[in-house]
Amino acid sequence: MSTEARAEHFPAVDWEGGALPYRVGHRKLGMWLFIVSDSLTFSALLIGYSYLRASNVWPTPFPFYPSIVFASVMTFCLLSSSLTMVFGVSASSKGDKAKARKWILATIFFGAAFIVLHLIEWSHLIEQGMRPFYLPEKWVQVFTTTEGVPPSPLFGATFFTITGLHMFHVATGVLYLLIVAGRIKKLKHEDVEISGLYWHFVDLVWMFVFPLIYIMSVDMHHLLAAAGGH
Amino acid sequence: MNAHAHADEHFAGSNKLFISIWVWLVALTLIEIFLAYVTMPIHIMLTILIGLSVIKAALIMAYFMHLKFERLSLIITLVPMLVVCILLLFVFFPDSYRSIGLRYQFKQPPPVAPAPVEEP
Repeated sequence: MSTEARAEHFPAVDWEGGALPYRVGHRKLGMWLFIVSDSLTFSALLIGYSYLRASNVWPTPFPFYPSIVFASVMTFCLLSSSLTMVFGVSASSKGDKAKARKWILATIFFGAAFIVLHLIEWSHLIEQGMRPFYLPEKWVQVFTTTEGVPPSPLFGATFFTITGLHMFHVATGVLYLLIVAGRIKKLKHEDVEISGLYWHFVDLVWMFVFPLIYIMSVDMHHLLAAAGGH
Repeated sequence: MNAHAHADEHFAGSNKLFISIWVWLVALTLIEIFLAYVTMPIHIMLTILIGLSVIKAALIMAYFMHLKFERLSLIITLVPMLVVCILLLFVFFPDSYRSIGLRYQFKQPPPVAPAPVEEP
């Protein structure tokens, strides 16, 4: 407490250290460092996926409905949840805890909607026979090249790993926000802002997962539909 | 220092600004969905998609995550280090282009999932 008070009276020049050299609390700096390390986890997974994709024959099986429609609505849910979260943090910064709680509950609603839609979308693919290390037989027939090279069965592994880890982050975020909404009267504004940072990060990751996993795997020429696949 | 001064210092940006950022993010997403159905070489497609995603990520970080309103020293500490580390991972791509030529050529298709058991 006394160091923070001193730092406010004698603000340090940016690179001269001091008690709060970045003028953010240690919790917020900690969350930023966690976000940096978690971005590297997702980058490594997405680059691993791109590596496999560039060095294999890769199926592009996603139809407009249900896959792309579901993924687009899910994107919309996450973007909207970020907006409601930012309203919540804004209300909390003005000291209006009740309003902040309402906006955070709206964020939780959108987050939960994302998870439900994603699980329905997963169940469509699982029903068709997609597994982490197998492709549905139909996909193998349709996407085998004219030289007879079959599509990589790792499609499912990359899909379930990356979207699954992201879904786990959303689920963790929903739990985290439930706790923040429940205890909001006891928490400082900065704690609410930190939960917002985590939530926006989950949204940010999806902005890379959605184009790379969904948009790049669209069955543009309706090959599967022509083969009676859907 | 009262709560209001704290808010002024640490949480700039009006709700109107945040809504306009959200509109931009939704619009860029719609462009991506449209691009999915445009025929073009995969490299150009990938460049445009990643470009749009980087713009979206920058908007989220700058406004929603509030980085634009933080001290410059925090931004300089976090962002360049992250960008360099991610770019270092690109060292694997020449190998992935090489290995498509070395790939084991299957004589038979790989195994497929067993057919679901019919309930009697």
